[in-house]
Amino acid sequence: MAVTLTEKAATHVKNYIAKRGKGVGLRLGVRTSGCSGMSYTLEFADEMNDTDSRFDSHGVTVLVDPKSLTYLDGTELDFVREGLTEGFKFNNPNIKSQCGCGESFGV
Amino acid sequence: MALLQIAEPGMSAAPHQHRLAVGIDLGTTNSLVATVRSGLSVVLHDENGRPLLPSVVRYHGDGSTDVGYPAQAMQSRDPHNTIVSVKRFMGRGLRDLPDAGNTAYQFVDSPGMVQLKTVAGVKSPVEVSADILRVLRDRAETALGGELVGAVITVPAYFDDAQRQATKDAARLAGLNVLRLLNEPTAAAVAYGLDNAAEGVYAVYDLGGGTFDISILRLSKGVFEVLATNGDSALGGDDFDHRIYCWILEQAKLSALKPQDARLLLTRAREAKEDLTTHPEVRVTAVLGAGQLVDLLLTTETFAEITRSLVNKTLAPTKKALRDAGLEPEDVKGVVMVGGSTRMPQIQRAVGKFFGQEPLNNLDPDRVVALGAAIQANVLAGNRSDDEWLLLDVIPLSLGLETMGGLVEKVIPRNSTIPVARAQEFTTYKDGQTAMSIHVVQGERELVSDCRSLAKFELRGIPPMVAGAARIRVTFQVDADGLLSVSAREKNCGVEASVVVKPSYGLTDDEITRMLRTSQENAQSDMEARALREQQVEAGRLIEAIEAALGEDGDTLLNASERAEIDGGIAELRNVLQGQNHMSIKDQIEKLNHISGTFAARRMDKSVKRALTGHKLEELET
Repeated sequence: MAVTLTEKAATHVKNYIAKRGKGVGLRLGVRTSGCSGMSYTLEFADEMNDTDSRFDSHGVTVLVDPKSLTYLDGTELDFVREGLTEGFKFNNPNIKSQCGCGESFGV
Repeated sequence: MALLQIAEPGMSAAPHQHRLAVGIDLGTTNSLVATVRSGLSVVLHDENGRPLLPSVVRYHGDGSTDVGYPAQAMQSRDPHNTIVSVKRFMGRGLRDLPDAGNTAYQFVDSPGMVQLKTVAGVKSPVEVSADILRVLRDRAETALGGELVGAVITVPAYFDDAQRQATKDAARLAGLNVLRLLNEPTAAAVAYGLDNAAEGVYAVYDLGGGTFDISILRLSKGVFEVLATNGDSALGGDDFDHRIYCWILEQAKLSALKPQDARLLLTRAREAKEDLTTHPEVRVTAVLGAGQLVDLLLTTETFAEITRSLVNKTLAPTKKALRDAGLEPEDVKGVVMVGGSTRMPQIQRAVGKFFGQEPLNNLDPDRVVALGAAIQANVLAGNRSDDEWLLLDVIPLSLGLETMGGLVEKVIPRNSTIPVARAQEFTTYKDGQTAMSIHVVQGERELVSDCRSLAKFELRGIPPMVAGAARIRVTFQVDADGLLSVSAREKNCGVEASVVVKPSYGLTDDEITRMLRTSQENAQSDMEARALREQQVEAGRLIEAIEAALGEDGDTLLNASERAEIDGGIAELRNVLQGQNHMSIKDQIEKLNHISGTFAARRMDKSVKRALTGHKLEELET
């Protein structure tokens, strides 16, 4: 079981955490909502919970709660620039369907 | 797949929940838009990677519009239709613009705010600003990949209610939801205060292209309070360019330049100024139209020397602001530098010397206001939960009302922190007085005629009492955006009246039509309307009289060219009569009076002659 960051994503995350001035790492999650059933959450993590799974990827601590992990196993988080837009992208092998807007998905 | 940004813990947005918000620095010379991405405030660039959008709009006859660099490039070739520095006209009537005659624009004086005549029709400053904001909104929505929930727009701390309201209207016209207006120095302090987590009293020294502002702020426990503001609305980087330009003329012994040579040398002057930020000396070279070569060496010392008086001109308002805040230079913990002109080494030195410390300049002075606005927008859009911080601003001018004898009674003194509410009691002047007129004014002067009139309304239905028995409580309230409402209440019987002070401009928007109606009580527009009506009546009377005279004697007393001149004068007067400018009607009336003067004199002679013909002298003597 693993969740990873690309090197580019890790560089950006480290930069953001340094600028923010606090935080132990990055928390990835999944919650049930949206038109295709589920959506991702991507947040700064200020503390680790006992039940969290912890991964280290290119020097960034990634925390995932156990419920989310079943849907996120094997996911790679990338940082991409599309025209004027830039941000993080989940490359998740578990996805079976996605809503048109791309903001939620099903497994 | 939509791209995600890192949210604060527990603050991830649900799908389709939009919390995209931006901060906009709507500047006199340049504008910027910034947003917070993954916790970091960044300025959004255009497709060519340029962060600034020149605040220039050019209107074409076919209704299309250029904004920014393309408009700026055409500024000298199409001056009437290319609007620069429109911020100076926001919420301003023609009488508020003493230098209106020096600009290339064709102003149309309309109640409340000047308008500008262009090939695309008459444009109000609100519409021009909206065109700038629309470009920034599009840029932000492309960059963020979605619709904006709202924007924080910065305004100078000294902007009055009319100017603030005009800015809000421009945003609404551009389809932006204004989360709030934020004072520019406060935004700069937000950018520094949060990024550096520094507390204490700060001075914000803002020297832009054409304006200088100084603000004294207190930052403590995440609360920003503006203690005092001051400045000079006609002092900026352009003046420094001009000093170098004059120096070039003097050194190269040039005089009476052609416009394109003057423009070239001004550009060279600006480049020299910018180069001197990083170099101890620069060569100024130019080949003028007549083939004349200019080749001079400008050193930082010389530059500092020729601009010393300009630098000192910024220190006087700085001292004043400190005095208003009741502070000494050594009480100031840090000085924030804002505006590209603060890059000049002599400015950095003078400010450093005045406050006895190195000024803060680790953020880009051109961007710091937009960055701060973006941070505030991010909070207001609901992207942060823990930092419950509050922003306090001050009102720039005292608010008061008119009392007997045309004197001003100040209710809220200047530099009071907002939001604020103050109440004061007044009474009747005459026995049996049943109504009271409440005239709201803004300014520091003692006489109503010297202050700016904001609104006028009447409290009616006061029961008849002896003079001095009625107790009328007048409450002034200024909300967080700096907008004022005034209410009056007679305490014995409870009659009440109130007004929300909003200026009136000639926009067709429903909301603004309503505002126009409510501001009918507004003294200034009433006065202008009256002046206009008076001149219209006078013009109508004059045209009628001259036409009647022409009908009787035009053919006999005038030759063809004299007749044509008078006809032309009448046509001209009819023409300006269509407009709303009472001054131009008045001027034309005078002109027509002058043109027809000879004709009137001849008619007088003729009628005297007719009256005398056939009479004996003695008949006339009786």
